[in-house]
Amino acid sequence: MVAPTLIIGIGNESRGDDALAPLLLRELGTWLTEIRESQVELLEDFQLQVEHAVDLLERELVLFIDAGIDTAAPYSFNRIRPDSGQALFSHALAPETVLATYMQVYRQEPPHAFVLCLRGEQFELGKSLSVQATSHLQAACTFMRKLLQETSPAAWDEHATNFLT
Amino acid sequence: MPHQLENAENPEKLRRVAIDPVSRVEGHGKVTLLLDEDNKVRQARLHIVEFRGFEKFVQGRPYWEVPVMVQRLCGICPVSHHIAASKAMDLIVGAKRLTPTAEKIRRLMHYGQILQSHALHFFHLCSPDLLFGFDSEMSKRNIVGVAEKYPDTARQGVLLRKFGQEVIRHTAGKRIHGTGSVPGGVNKSLTVAERDELLRDIYQIIGWGRDAVQLVRELHNRNPALYNSFGTFRANMVSLVGDNGVHDLYHGTLRGRDDNGDVLFDGEDYQDYSELIEEEVKPWSYMKFPYLRSLGHKHGWYRVGPLSRVQNCDAMPTPLAEQERREFLDYSGGMPLHAPLAYHWTRMIELLSAAETIKDLLHDDDITGSELMAGGDREQEGVGVIEAPRGTLIHHYRVDENDLVTMCNLIVSTTHNNQAMNEAVRQVARRYLSGREITEGLLNHIEVVIRAFDPCLSCATHALGKMPLQVELLDAEGKQLSTLSRTSP
Repeated sequence: MVAPTLIIGIGNESRGDDALAPLLLRELGTWLTEIRESQVELLEDFQLQVEHAVDLLERELVLFIDAGIDTAAPYSFNRIRPDSGQALFSHALAPETVLATYMQVYRQEPPHAFVLCLRGEQFELGKSLSVQATSHLQAACTFMRKLLQETSPAAWDEHATNFLT
Repeated sequence: MPHQLENAENPEKLRRVAIDPVSRVEGHGKVTLLLDEDNKVRQARLHIVEFRGFEKFVQGRPYWEVPVMVQRLCGICPVSHHIAASKAMDLIVGAKRLTPTAEKIRRLMHYGQILQSHALHFFHLCSPDLLFGFDSEMSKRNIVGVAEKYPDTARQGVLLRKFGQEVIRHTAGKRIHGTGSVPGGVNKSLTVAERDELLRDIYQIIGWGRDAVQLVRELHNRNPALYNSFGTFRANMVSLVGDNGVHDLYHGTLRGRDDNGDVLFDGEDYQDYSELIEEEVKPWSYMKFPYLRSLGHKHGWYRVGPLSRVQNCDAMPTPLAEQERREFLDYSGGMPLHAPLAYHWTRMIELLSAAETIKDLLHDDDITGSELMAGGDREQEGVGVIEAPRGTLIHHYRVDENDLVTMCNLIVSTTHNNQAMNEAVRQVARRYLSGREITEGLLNHIEVVIRAFDPCLSCATHALGKMPLQVELLDAEGKQLSTLSRTSP
């Protein structure tokens, strides 16, 4: 059976603060195992791609976690919607474009989706996590534990709209 | 094969246009065009910010870690690095010949990677340009635009890509950070259940592969004047070929042909690649320019990737792909086709061949075998070469008596194609931009020809907001006259 909540963490652990999402995913994995939570699936990848649209099938909630350089510290949490205007760059897609691709492939509305974007500072190969990013990771861990106490679109919407750093 | 437009006279008196970075190209690419007062292009260069740090990154690590850690070099083709590094490390552990199961599992993994990479490139990066036109409305010129107008094509692209990823997941053990390939062999074969799961879909995948070749063949036949001439330049071709000259992406010997299709060298052991290939440094680019030593830097540069491979081999290994190769040769009249847009056609022939090869491997009992590892006398140096989706990929390592890597040299496909991509940019700049007011549509012509090569720059970082596209128009004094930018995701 497909877990109703999917969390996709995007990043490369060998590139400085790009490791934020994989590290957060690891923390969550340990915690979810401890509390025997099986309704949440974790998925890690280097970049978002079209095939991630397939992973969204039969989900109720989807969370994309990524590092960002323009994000206010320590992180932002926002509801996202399909956007076909985001597919201009590179081999990587924006989360909004994955949702739009889902609509095109399955001809139905995608699941409720959110982005947790942690602010990063340095992304060079071989760099370790920056001091600031380490602090942002801790803050995001605390937030995620709160967020996962109730996995429903309405509850997450409340976190998004009420969110203050 | 002259380098016209590489160096302008009196560049300080010219106007500079920069496309930085090139969109839908992995990593960071920048094109600079120097224009005179009449908007004539006097100099055109593709600069690629190649990050050489990864060779240092690998030094000092134990050799057995390398096939896993090199996957972090590139978020687009991690499996290619995984396999090329494994092949080099096979020699370090003395495994000159793998077990049949190990070699076939690696082949399956590699052809899964080829399938998903080629599908992504054609359906999601290039089809918007080809189906809508190079200077069509920018807001529609993307995969979502394709999905709106050609929903079945877009859907097939997604599912082809997904199938390739599933092949990788089953053979590498995981979706990313796979550990399937190890020095001397593999650490798992396929279970019967995994094999049967892949077999369920493979015939549909082959069918879609045939449709994809037909689509790109029709595009060529509909407008041969454009497809044969856009950015066209003559070049030597280099690739691996397998036994009896058959197209082989996993293993073989090096073959080179000149621009007339005549064989320059054949059957060369890639352990001796450094005797064949030299790398030139140019002051204006971070990325080196490889060339064939025998011909010198002026005439020895070459092209790699699908367009070279399909024309360099004597036959495809599978029947449907071979039939398509013959149609391609008929179209080109028996002479090498040098048109960059023909990369797409040959890429789809390879996609079909990959699907057929996967089918054949899935029907081979060896892939569920249990003999996974081979060994032999320990060596201190090894070279692993494969044909990655974008072209020849060379991994070369030296390892000391403490099992630590002391030297690493990688030559990736995009580096092999450096001079060729520059030539293509110059051809397009001369033909389409010279003497005209520069518009976004015209600049996209430059990007179209670069994307035909599918350059990938080892850039696995992708942080939100990190890759803006900026086009700057500067006057001779460096003063900004205008700028265009696209919002980053």
